[in-house]
Amino acid sequence: MTTARQTINALGLTRADYRGAPSTLCAGCGHDSVASQIIAAAFELSLPPHRVIRMSGIGCSSKSAAYFLGRSHGFNSLHGRMPAVTTGAHVANHTLIPLAVSGDGDTGSIGLGGFKHLLRRNVPMVYIIENNGVYGLTKGQFSATADEGARLKHAGVNLLPPIDLCAEALIAGCGFVARSFAGDAKQVRELIKAAFAFHGTAVIDVISPCVTFNNHDDSTKSYAYGKAHEEPLHDLTFIPRYEEMVEEFAPGEVRDVRLHDGPVIRLRRLAADHDPSDRLAALMLLEQARVAGEFITGLIYLSEGRPTLAESLGLGPVPLAELPTELLRPPPEALAALNQSFQ
Amino acid sequence: MMSTNLPNAPIVNEFAITAATVNGSGSQTANHAIVRAIFRMGIPVNGKNLFPSNIQGEPTWFTIRVSARGHSARPPVAPILIAFNPHTADADLAALPAGGICLYPDEGPWRPQRDDVTCYPLPVREIVAASGFEPRMREYAATMVYVGALAALIGIELEHIHGALLHHFKGKTQPAALNFAVVRAAWERFAADYPAALAARRFLLEPGGATTGKILLDGNTAAALGAIFGGVSFLSWYPITPATSLADALGVYLPRLRTAPDGHPTYAIVQAEDEIAALGMAVGAGWAGARAMTCTSGPGLSLMTEFAGLAYFAEIPCVVWDVQRVGPSTGLPTRTSQGDVRAASFLGHGDTRHVVLLPGNVAECFEAGWRAFDLAERLQTIVFVLSDLDLGMNLWTSDPLVYPDAPMDRGKVLSAADLERLGSFVRFADPEGDGIGARTLPGNPHPLAATLSRGTGHNERNVYSERPEDWKANMDRLSRKYETARRLAPQPVEENDPDATVGLIGFGSTEAVIREAREALRDQGLPTSFMRLRALPLGEPARRFVARHRRCIVVEQNHNAQMRDLLRIHCPEHAARLLSVAHSDGLPLTAEFVAEAVRELV
Repeated sequence: MTTARQTINALGLTRADYRGAPSTLCAGCGHDSVASQIIAAAFELSLPPHRVIRMSGIGCSSKSAAYFLGRSHGFNSLHGRMPAVTTGAHVANHTLIPLAVSGDGDTGSIGLGGFKHLLRRNVPMVYIIENNGVYGLTKGQFSATADEGARLKHAGVNLLPPIDLCAEALIAGCGFVARSFAGDAKQVRELIKAAFAFHGTAVIDVISPCVTFNNHDDSTKSYAYGKAHEEPLHDLTFIPRYEEMVEEFAPGEVRDVRLHDGPVIRLRRLAADHDPSDRLAALMLLEQARVAGEFITGLIYLSEGRPTLAESLGLGPVPLAELPTELLRPPPEALAALNQSFQ
Repeated sequence: MMSTNLPNAPIVNEFAITAATVNGSGSQTANHAIVRAIFRMGIPVNGKNLFPSNIQGEPTWFTIRVSARGHSARPPVAPILIAFNPHTADADLAALPAGGICLYPDEGPWRPQRDDVTCYPLPVREIVAASGFEPRMREYAATMVYVGALAALIGIELEHIHGALLHHFKGKTQPAALNFAVVRAAWERFAADYPAALAARRFLLEPGGATTGKILLDGNTAAALGAIFGGVSFLSWYPITPATSLADALGVYLPRLRTAPDGHPTYAIVQAEDEIAALGMAVGAGWAGARAMTCTSGPGLSLMTEFAGLAYFAEIPCVVWDVQRVGPSTGLPTRTSQGDVRAASFLGHGDTRHVVLLPGNVAECFEAGWRAFDLAERLQTIVFVLSDLDLGMNLWTSDPLVYPDAPMDRGKVLSAADLERLGSFVRFADPEGDGIGARTLPGNPHPLAATLSRGTGHNERNVYSERPEDWKANMDRLSRKYETARRLAPQPVEENDPDATVGLIGFGSTEAVIREAREALRDQGLPTSFMRLRALPLGEPARRFVARHRRCIVVEQNHNAQMRDLLRIHCPEHAARLLSVAHSDGLPLTAEFVAEAVRELV
């Protein structure tokens, strides 16, 4: 396992090989923190850059796809439509590993339908929502995840209840649902690593403060609020291989969630013991937190086993995009037989 | 020209039949069996289904045109009526020409009231009761009664009806035999009841050899097969009439034709949540290197607008089939039109303009099916194909489908080895001056290969840029690419008459009607030349054709003369001589209408 201290990973690549163009986001933007953790996670997992595709829609969050993994192919597509583009790319080449960044407007408003259908299809990917409750590029309108009663300088008071994207993901059948906070770098990084190892769509809803429009003290999407109120469900560590788990814990202190091809997510109990394999418990947790006004973070739900879209389609090991011509065009005799059949 | 004043001598192989039925009653099986049986007798025939936007119980009309001369446009008059829908029977009967023939169910509530028409009541219930069909299937069996009676009336050979039924039931002998027994019983009963009708047939089919080597097929199936032989590997789509049968045909033929030796499919079909996602998925798949397509109709095309602009500007190959129906809005969803010409050619916002293929017949639907992928990958852009409901969903006698005459053109794609050799990669450089840069596919491991595709302003390295000179240079290069498309796109076909001062211009499914109208006009002393456009953008041949004729009349099936306007933009110096016969009422055009409209203009 590559650790944060090492400068060269298993592929012989440096951390710099996973960086992107310099960010043009506002200084202190939560999205830049998330981008740093994407870079760290990819470096530490030794992901081959060319196998990762960075996908995004439109918005501040989607712009950030340019600011990490510069050696990975990518597509900065349309507002709310990243799920469709990623679905097509996955089916065309299921050996690619999509990493998507989206925002609360991109996913929660214009793209909500596509988001839910992507989850139904279980397109295997890391789907990070950088959620700040506000439209930044258009200068400060409420988004659909803004809390009821939230205040913004120009938009005034938000009168509508928020859409909880984790709850939406759960209901849509998503098998990996997490929430985090851009100010909790370690948790973000460990969740991203776990998401890369997950077999299916992994959604991480990261509260990522907008320092320009929504970082005032009474905002529930601010750094100050997050730091004061974040209640992690567990102390979470991603362990790439089971045999590397050396630390001993007292019975009941940790839950180890083993993923299909070997990695383990180690959840060290903090307060109440949340079992992330229980879907109903996960929904209850979200609802109780909503009622209590709590900001819980961590791995809310995990369940592997559903086939990915490529598996549902029965695709073979060679990606459709790499099939040789002779498999793509039937022979002349086949057309002759068809012509015969139309007489 | 079909005469409405029927003579006493038999009319051979040149007449039409209308079957008026209720939709959902199984009449499609009966009608297709009639068409295929006549085709197998060696007589050119086609069938047009005029159906409602409804699942069951609404009126539907099926017109069968038999034409030794090979005419396949909608006939203005059909002298034989199968009046199997009592709700429309009065109007259907009124539309029969004097001397026409009407077949109708004897036990039904409706009785024909016309002295100048020969009417034959058929004992439908009696024949069906003796058929062995279980009660819930008897409505279907009823349609076989008119097949048998019609066969006796005009001389369709029973063996060919049996063969057509076997074809319909995909070789399953049991349902074919069950249905054929009804046909035979109805034939025998008709011959027994009306011996005079058989002794001196007024409309007669005589077997010939005119369909030898031909096929009987709908355009949507041909389009699907063309895509399959063009290597389609990804279809995303959302159900919409009249494009659904294109996706259905892909679903039927892809497993048969494109399963690899190891048993895996060499394709994928995804039914999307809407047309936005349908094109979005195709764009994603095209970006990743698949041969990706979607199929839709007008409302879906509208929803695809933003992605069309993205595919154009981010330069992603993909193919969109638009099987046109009547708009605007939901419009007439089960009726034919050529109303998306302008929408398809400019779909998007800002300065978009697209390559649009315009297949004119079933065989060309097949050709467009594969050629669209070659053009899309060569030009690295979205390519549209405009078909329509008439061409796509109706059965046409066609030349056979022709195997692609060239290997697949995958366009300019750089492998890792290419990049190693070149030592540099600039995505939108234009060293060859054709406006097309080389692309790399996701998964290419070379350190130079990766770029972030985008719909935002970019420089030639595909890096975000708001610099005015970068924007302008990029749009200038896209203009060069459009000029390349002008050269690569299929050129018009022309039939020039040295005596003609009038040129007719058409495209798509109206080829048949214009051909027939030209014959009539020539008979009336008005020779015409004809240019059938096969693609947009328009090129020099179109300009020259217009320049050569004193008047050019653009015949099209829409209300606003969309293609005429595009031609005026293409050659503004000739704008005044470009006239229009544009008509859209949901029905395919008739030759009579076109000939008359042309005469009025010249």
